[in-house]
Amino acid sequence: MVMPQRKIPISRRTFLAGTVGTGLVMGLGTVLPGCSRKQAAEEIAASGASRIFSPAVWFEINSSGAVLINIAKAEMGQHVGTALARIVADELGADWSRVSIRHVDTDPKWGYMVTGGSWSVFTSFAMLSQAGAAGRTVLIDAGAKLLGVEAADCRAVGGNVVAGDKKISFADIVAKGDISRSFTDEELAAMPIKPAADRDLIGRKSAALDVPEKSNGKAVYGLDTELPGMVYAHPMIPPTRYGSTIGSIDDSAARDVPGYLQTLRLTDPGEVLQGWAVVIAESFPSAMKAAKAVKIDWQAGPTAKVSEADIMAEGAKIAADPASGVLVVNDGDVTAARASAAKNHSAIYRTSTALHFTLEPQNALVEYVDGVYHIHSGNQWQSLIVPVLAKSLGVAEANIMIHQYYLGGGFGRRLFGDQMIPAALAARELGRPVKLVFPRAEDSRFDCVRSASVAKFDASFDKSGKLTGIEHAAAAGWPTLAMAPGFLGDGIDGKGKFDPFSISGADHWYTLPAHRVRAINNELAQKTFLPGWLRAVGSGWMGWGVESFMDEVAALSGEDPVAFRLARLDAAGKNAGSAPNSVGGALRLAAALRDVAERSGWGKKLPAGEGMGVAVSHGQERNMPTWTACVAHVAVDSKTKKVTVRKIWQTIDCGTVVHPDGAMAQAEGATLWGLSLALHEGTQFENGEVKDRNLDTYSPLRMADVPELDIRFMESTEFPTGMGEPPLIAVPPAIGNAIFAATGKRIRDLPIRL
Amino acid sequence: MIQFQLNGETVTSESPSDTPLLWVIRDEMKLKGTKFGCGIAQCGACTVHLDGTAIRSCVTLLSTAENRSVTTIEGLSSAEGKALQSAWVDEQVPQCGYCQSGQIMQAADLLSRIPEPGDKDINEAMNGNLCRCMAYSRIRSAIKSAAKGREV
Repeated sequence: MVMPQRKIPISRRTFLAGTVGTGLVMGLGTVLPGCSRKQAAEEIAASGASRIFSPAVWFEINSSGAVLINIAKAEMGQHVGTALARIVADELGADWSRVSIRHVDTDPKWGYMVTGGSWSVFTSFAMLSQAGAAGRTVLIDAGAKLLGVEAADCRAVGGNVVAGDKKISFADIVAKGDISRSFTDEELAAMPIKPAADRDLIGRKSAALDVPEKSNGKAVYGLDTELPGMVYAHPMIPPTRYGSTIGSIDDSAARDVPGYLQTLRLTDPGEVLQGWAVVIAESFPSAMKAAKAVKIDWQAGPTAKVSEADIMAEGAKIAADPASGVLVVNDGDVTAARASAAKNHSAIYRTSTALHFTLEPQNALVEYVDGVYHIHSGNQWQSLIVPVLAKSLGVAEANIMIHQYYLGGGFGRRLFGDQMIPAALAARELGRPVKLVFPRAEDSRFDCVRSASVAKFDASFDKSGKLTGIEHAAAAGWPTLAMAPGFLGDGIDGKGKFDPFSISGADHWYTLPAHRVRAINNELAQKTFLPGWLRAVGSGWMGWGVESFMDEVAALSGEDPVAFRLARLDAAGKNAGSAPNSVGGALRLAAALRDVAERSGWGKKLPAGEGMGVAVSHGQERNMPTWTACVAHVAVDSKTKKVTVRKIWQTIDCGTVVHPDGAMAQAEGATLWGLSLALHEGTQFENGEVKDRNLDTYSPLRMADVPELDIRFMESTEFPTGMGEPPLIAVPPAIGNAIFAATGKRIRDLPIRL
Repeated sequence: MIQFQLNGETVTSESPSDTPLLWVIRDEMKLKGTKFGCGIAQCGACTVHLDGTAIRSCVTLLSTAENRSVTTIEGLSSAEGKALQSAWVDEQVPQCGYCQSGQIMQAADLLSRIPEPGDKDINEAMNGNLCRCMAYSRIRSAIKSAAKGREV
């Protein structure tokens, strides 16, 4: 699968070694545009720093020794800036207490900007390590000259270049040294990276840089931004995502609302918005009040009657049709295995529509200044939305600048910045800054939800009862088809494209005698709503079916679920793994599974009505495996059928853990997300829209239902993989399998309703 | 024109009396630490103290606050409030952080009523505060460590 690469590699163009002038904004603490820039600039001015060493776009060191690291990834709870800064700082040999970070805007110099897929550390590790190593090389060379020693006798540690008992600070080297060396791409790629044993910061305990201001109310989110002269906009969402048109607008009643200004019909040449209007007012409460009074006569689009049941029925129909979809896995001969089978077993696994429900509702503040649309909004995939905005606004991409803020939750919702479009169109129309805020119900109605999914599994067994093959057909709405078709993959049967993010997880690391996977687009889902990437994406629903069905097959084979899995995680053939991403292959997943089985006391006797279930996952993608094994212990009340999760164990091998506490926090959150999706969330389409729109009926996990968690990371110095999503994936099937162990009832639908 | 005390200072709002207090605090008084989440008092992101008691400011009308005392995260200066904020950092509680002002204001109310809360007390007091990142385990442990820290 193709991951987005930075379009601009570190090259001579961006790797201009030497000093640049004063006036760059430096940060002491996290610097986000619009909040503490001024303060940071004042601190710089006060520090008297006059030379700045910036050998790569990713960091700069001033002559007072302060290190500012530029973060092109969105901060949405993963403390990504801390992790990425520690990669750079470790290689540099910087003093961590002098490091600060800055979340950057969409200047093209930052390259391809996306924060998703649990990719940040994985895709940045080599690049940032090399940038840090290049900086260290220059500092050591220059420091050695100033000390009058050989560079080979020096090392960089704690913000100093040290040779025996002599040392000189980075501050003095930047102030006085020759820091003008430049590097070719080849030299950069060959930069010696520290061996794991020499690391000072990576893998060590540290506090996240963003936590203090998230504990005192000072963190600035997109919703908190203001500009002089701005007006507020309230979205008027059409009854269908596509094809709705506005007949008439009657705002006569709204005119009595103090502060109401007007209702704007929006025409979007990019057609992301269809049948849209916004209510404009001087304050947001006025806008909300006026919006209730505005009457819009919509002609609804063709999907106005579509229900969840319709989408599920379509999914079941196409999953059962062998001619549908494209092949993505075809190992061995499934057709022959089925033809010669003594026994076949089929099951259908389904997941319902789920909402992102970021606690910060979607919002955007847009100001048009000197030919540029300045968009203030937290966003995960700037490189995706800038071209979309350019089309909607009829301007060049260079005329759009997105300023980043903290994201009050991302979870994939903010991979698509479609909420910026109505704000930008309104700002252009009104000639003044517009702040658009989605109240909760509107946020849910405009959500790019996790599509409902249907997966059909067919297993064949020979006459000795041995598994001979599994066929898997999975149908859903495809986010990548709707929003980023350039990322679609080609089916191995030449029958067309598929959404790799919507089938990941089906291409698992079990060795099977025959295995075939078909990825199918549910066109009714695709027409009815905008399918979105929700935390763990396809692996989130794929894992539900794959690991629940694996349990069914183990039971039919009369084998223990752990032993059955271990026997097939043998790292044979394509499952051997390869350097650097998946060294060890399926054996690492087997090791995680053995560890979690041992720690959870797998196989121990439990009281009636209780059970333990197991599931494994390789994370988001085969190419970036985060090896995860999960055991859930549940109790099912025999009368009320209420499921209580008593404890969840996870063992995770993500290679090198860069920021251990941040990784643990992601593991805790993702584990509980898995539990929430399994037991507490899920909605339905009803008349073309999601039925549950606020917390009165949509009910994510709360404090009282949090079970005991026991999460362990495997010690590893292998290449770091992703952490934001992978620990979610195995949780729902582990819970479903535990319910089977407790009750004998096989659960095939998410959310679980007994 | 409605007067109330905001973080110890007398302020006057020119908003209509039926304006939700949340928007007066955020947009008129420019204190952005209090957040908008659901608008129906079900998520707790907008939690502030009215005369020392946690309330949901998104459904509390400005008129309700007249001549009363409102405390937001920016003005939280009680012993339990300070203990909670430092426990939040020590335990590295926040992920996205958006709900945390409300969580801390709710927890400060809890500790002012029950200095040493047990798990059941925490469940009852905190269940109305949604953390979408699901940092619940750390919220619980930070409340407990703040309660302990305050005794010393």
